[in-house]
Amino acid sequence: MNQHLRELGDGALTLEFGERIDPDANARVMAARDALQALGLDGVTDLVPTWRSLTVHFDPLRLSHEALRRALLQAAAQESALATRRSVAPTVVPVCFGGEFGPDLAEVAATTGRSEGEVVAALCAVDLRVALIGFLPGFPYLGGLPDWLDLPRRATPRTTVPANSFAIAGGQAAIYPWQSPGGWHLLGRTPLRLFDPDNAERPARFAPGDVLRIEAIAPDEFESLRQHLRHA
Amino acid sequence: MLEILACPFPASLQDAGRPGYRHLGVPLSGALDPEWLALANALAGNAADAAAIEMRLAGPRLTSGTDALFAIAGEIDARIVGAAGTRAVAPWRSQRLHAGEELRIDAVKSGVAYLAFAGGIEGRRELGSRSRYERADLGSPCLPGVALKVGAGATAIPRRLGLLPAQGDGPIRVIPGPQHERFSDAAWHSFLSSEFVVGREADRMGLRLDGPRLEHVGGADIVSDAVTPGAIQVPGDGRPIVLLADCQTVGGYAKIATVIGADLPRLGHALPGTRLRFAAVTLAAALTARQEAALALAASLDAIVPDTAEPDLAALYGANLIDGVIDATH
Repeated sequence: MNQHLRELGDGALTLEFGERIDPDANARVMAARDALQALGLDGVTDLVPTWRSLTVHFDPLRLSHEALRRALLQAAAQESALATRRSVAPTVVPVCFGGEFGPDLAEVAATTGRSEGEVVAALCAVDLRVALIGFLPGFPYLGGLPDWLDLPRRATPRTTVPANSFAIAGGQAAIYPWQSPGGWHLLGRTPLRLFDPDNAERPARFAPGDVLRIEAIAPDEFESLRQHLRHA
Repeated sequence: MLEILACPFPASLQDAGRPGYRHLGVPLSGALDPEWLALANALAGNAADAAAIEMRLAGPRLTSGTDALFAIAGEIDARIVGAAGTRAVAPWRSQRLHAGEELRIDAVKSGVAYLAFAGGIEGRRELGSRSRYERADLGSPCLPGVALKVGAGATAIPRRLGLLPAQGDGPIRVIPGPQHERFSDAAWHSFLSSEFVVGREADRMGLRLDGPRLEHVGGADIVSDAVTPGAIQVPGDGRPIVLLADCQTVGGYAKIATVIGADLPRLGHALPGTRLRFAAVTLAAALTARQEAALALAASLDAIVPDTAEPDLAALYGANLIDGVIDATH
């Protein structure tokens, strides 16, 4: 797989493994991220993985472009990346599907020619991998959907998507940590708290590289879990 | 304790920002002009990264429960109103606000300005920063009725600035962006030879520019990759957007260029209607400019002296010609 280094200004370098959404490229990205993180280079402030690239934000007065380029190319050469793709224990994410929690479930079922139950069962049967976090703090883009759930975005985006919505579009799934506008198909909602600014170690529930396993729950379970988590 | 009586929307509490969380989608945030933040803080006797109120267009009206020392970096119309009458407030020097007096920042004339208090303003500190980021409710809001604690330091001695760092007045310097090959030669030429005007959509996330449409080769949309303050992305309509401190961490539009670090503070002064030109430089030139900017700021910080007399503003401005800060066209 070809890789390119691209300058994002004088304080960031992007290592690119392709231009498409590609789980193999993402595995290479995560391997390069891990390799670079292990070096603990002085002057690096952020390592931002995406589906297809790894960007290093750094202070060029503390770390030279040359040294970082060398380190990045070395990290990119982790040929064992695919073989050693980290087997991460899945995080179980309870989701209450359909009804007021997932107003688009019926339409998605109709569009794909399946029953609502089949859509839910398919979502609960796959490992969803966090390819990147973006758009909003803690907003995970998840890969691993079955191909038949690859749907374009809604023609008209909603002005308000409720926080904690589980949604799909463009061959990806996502969970909205915040209320926001959005054009994805809303299938359900999780009672989990997705962002905690008081937890400086890990403010976002999910991080790039995490694997999620969806578990369907009933509305009363959603309510009791939410109450429980609020008081926890 | 400071009590905010009124605070126009664009004003917000900012410090050096929130690095280290961009992989989790948390924007960098922080002062649009970190150099002026550092100067305001130094005049108030604070560390460079203490939190201060960033003001655009106008600033807050506030009172302090105890005697306080404050300083403003930037051009402003401001006054202190108290029982003993009204007195004018000058920028670039620290001044006392006595208990019960009201500080009114009526207008900001330099695009952006910073109001620092001795001891630093202690709003909520979340993820290592007090910078306000509205969309995720990080940091304390600057709203009427909000009380903000000020750290110890009210006894700091008054200081004034002896040397204002020049911010330059040439074109905004850029290096080619990660997707510069997604633009036609004509678009690249047009980008570097045209004048752009900051449109009405201008906030801490970015500035939308009006000017010639920049034509893509093979479409505007990319599979999202990381962006950074200073990145210039061009959506399908061909109108560039310069990203600023509160920008998202990733973006799906091709980026034609990235503003160099040394010129980012100047961009923070831009307002709707500000005219901008861009010039391409090499990475080596960008790094040299960064070093020079750091040295110039250090020289200004070194030249902050105890305030024993009225400042000679005419001499201060004459020495540095800060006009370029306001209009970066020439």
